[in-house]
Amino acid sequence: MKKLDKLVSIKDLPEAPVSNVPSLSQKTGTWRVFRPEIDKEKCIKCYICWRCCPDISIDVDEEGFPRINYDYCKGCGICAHECPKTAIRMEREGK
Amino acid sequence: MVKMIITGNVAAAWGARLSRAEVIAAYPITPQTIIVEKLAQFVSDGDLKAEYLHMESEHSAMAACIAASQTGARAFTATSSQGLVLMHELLHWASGARTPIVMANVNRALAPPWNVWVEHTDMMSQRDTGWIQFYAESNQEVLDTIIICYKLCEDKDIQLPAMIGLDAFYLSHTSEIVDIPDQDLVDKFLPQYDPAYPLDIENPTSVGSLSMPHQWYPEFRYKIHEAMQRVLPKLNQIEEDFYKEFGRKYTGPLELYDTEDAEVVLIVSGAAAGTVKETVDMLRKKGVKAGVIRLRMFRPFPSEELAKALSKVSFVGVIDRSFSFGHEGAIFSELKASLYGLKKYLPIKNFIVGIGGRDITTNTINRIYDNCFSCLKNNKIDTPVEWIDIKV
Repeated sequence: MKKLDKLVSIKDLPEAPVSNVPSLSQKTGTWRVFRPEIDKEKCIKCYICWRCCPDISIDVDEEGFPRINYDYCKGCGICAHECPKTAIRMEREGK
Repeated sequence: MVKMIITGNVAAAWGARLSRAEVIAAYPITPQTIIVEKLAQFVSDGDLKAEYLHMESEHSAMAACIAASQTGARAFTATSSQGLVLMHELLHWASGARTPIVMANVNRALAPPWNVWVEHTDMMSQRDTGWIQFYAESNQEVLDTIIICYKLCEDKDIQLPAMIGLDAFYLSHTSEIVDIPDQDLVDKFLPQYDPAYPLDIENPTSVGSLSMPHQWYPEFRYKIHEAMQRVLPKLNQIEEDFYKEFGRKYTGPLELYDTEDAEVVLIVSGAAAGTVKETVDMLRKKGVKAGVIRLRMFRPFPSEELAKALSKVSFVGVIDRSFSFGHEGAIFSELKASLYGLKKYLPIKNFIVGIGGRDITTNTINRIYDNCFSCLKNNKIDTPVEWIDIKV
C-alpha cells in the first residue's frame, strides 16, 4: 500500500478503504467544547473514569492518577458523570 | 458425485459446506432455520471445519461475518425477511469494506400482518446496499450459485458480497433431486480465499476510518461502482468454467425461454419462473407466440442484456413479486429505465403477482398472457400497473 502523502489519484488507492496509517493521526481533541479536569485532592484512584471513557482517552500517570489525553478526548463528559467523588469538573474550553 | 432428494434450505447448507465456509454467523428465522440448523450439524459432526457463531440478532450476525471476512476467513450467513431488513445497516458496511460474504436469503414477505410466505420485497429493499443479487429457480441452482458466488465475489476485480434469494417454501421446504458435486472438484474450482487486505497484527491497518469530503470518500464509492460493472463479464467466464467442471450451464443474468420469435414476453424471477415456462409450453402447443425471460440477477441490473433480448418483441409483461409503495414494481421501473432512449418504443405492463405467497398457477399466468395479447391487439395498455387476484 502507498503512503498517505503519496496519494494523488484514484489509481493510487487500494480497492477497499484500508489504510496503513493508524487512526491515531486523526486527532479529535479539537472537537471538545467542555474539558474534563481531574481534582487530585478528591480522586480515590478507582479508575471508573478510565473504564468508562468511550474513546480510550484516559490512562494512568506515574503516581497512579487517571490522566486525560487531550489530543483525543472529545469532551463527552461521561468520566465526570460517572466519577463517584465528583473529582472531574467539565470546564468550558477557551475560557 | 451423489444425487440427493433435498429441500432448498438443505441445498443452501450444502453450498456453504462444499465452499468450505470457515465462519458461519447466523440467527434463525422462519423459513430459513433449517439452513443454519443443518450447518450447525455439519460443524458438530466434524463434516465442516468452521467456526459456528450463534449470534443474538441478524445485525450482529452480519457484523461478525464482516469481521471474519476481514481476517481472511470465508464467511457465510443465511437469513430471511425481517432478519434481512434488520441487517440493512451492516449490508452497506459489508460492501463498503469490500468483504466477499455470501448469504442465502429465503425470500419472505414483511410484516404486518405477519406472513412467512414468499415475496421478494425483502431483497428488493436492499437494492442500493452494494450487494450482488441472485434469485434462484431450483434447489440445484441454490447450491451451485453459492459456489459460483464465492468464486465471483472473492475475485480481486470484484471484492463484493452477494446474496442468493430462494423463494420461501416453494424452494426452502420443497424437496427435489439435487446433484451434490464432489468435494475435490469444488476445491479445484474454488481454492482457498486469498484476501487482498487481511487484518494482520504484525502489519496493522485501519479499515473504513474517517474520510473527509476533500479526502477519498467519493473515490471509494466510485470503485464499488466500477467493480459492479465488472461483475457480468466475470460471471460469464466463471459460469463457463463451472460448466466445464460440473456440466451444468448457467447463462448469466438472464435465462431466455422461447423468446427468439415471441410476440409477448413475460419477465419473472424466482421459483414462479417454472410455472411461467409450463404455461408457455401450453400456449406454444396452441401456436401462441409467448416467451419468458427469467431474471436471475437484480444487481447489477442487466440493462443491455435485456434490451438486446427484447429487441424483436412486441409486448412485455413484467411480473413483480414485490411492490415499491407510492410507485410500482421494482423490476418494471428498472426495465423501463433500461430501455429509455432506444429508437423503438416497446409497450410494457406491470403485473403485481403472488404477494405474501398467494399461489401463482398456470391459470394466473394464462390470464396474464391473455391480457398482454389483448393489450397488443388493441394497441392500448388497459392498466399500466395491475395487482392480480385482489379480492374485489
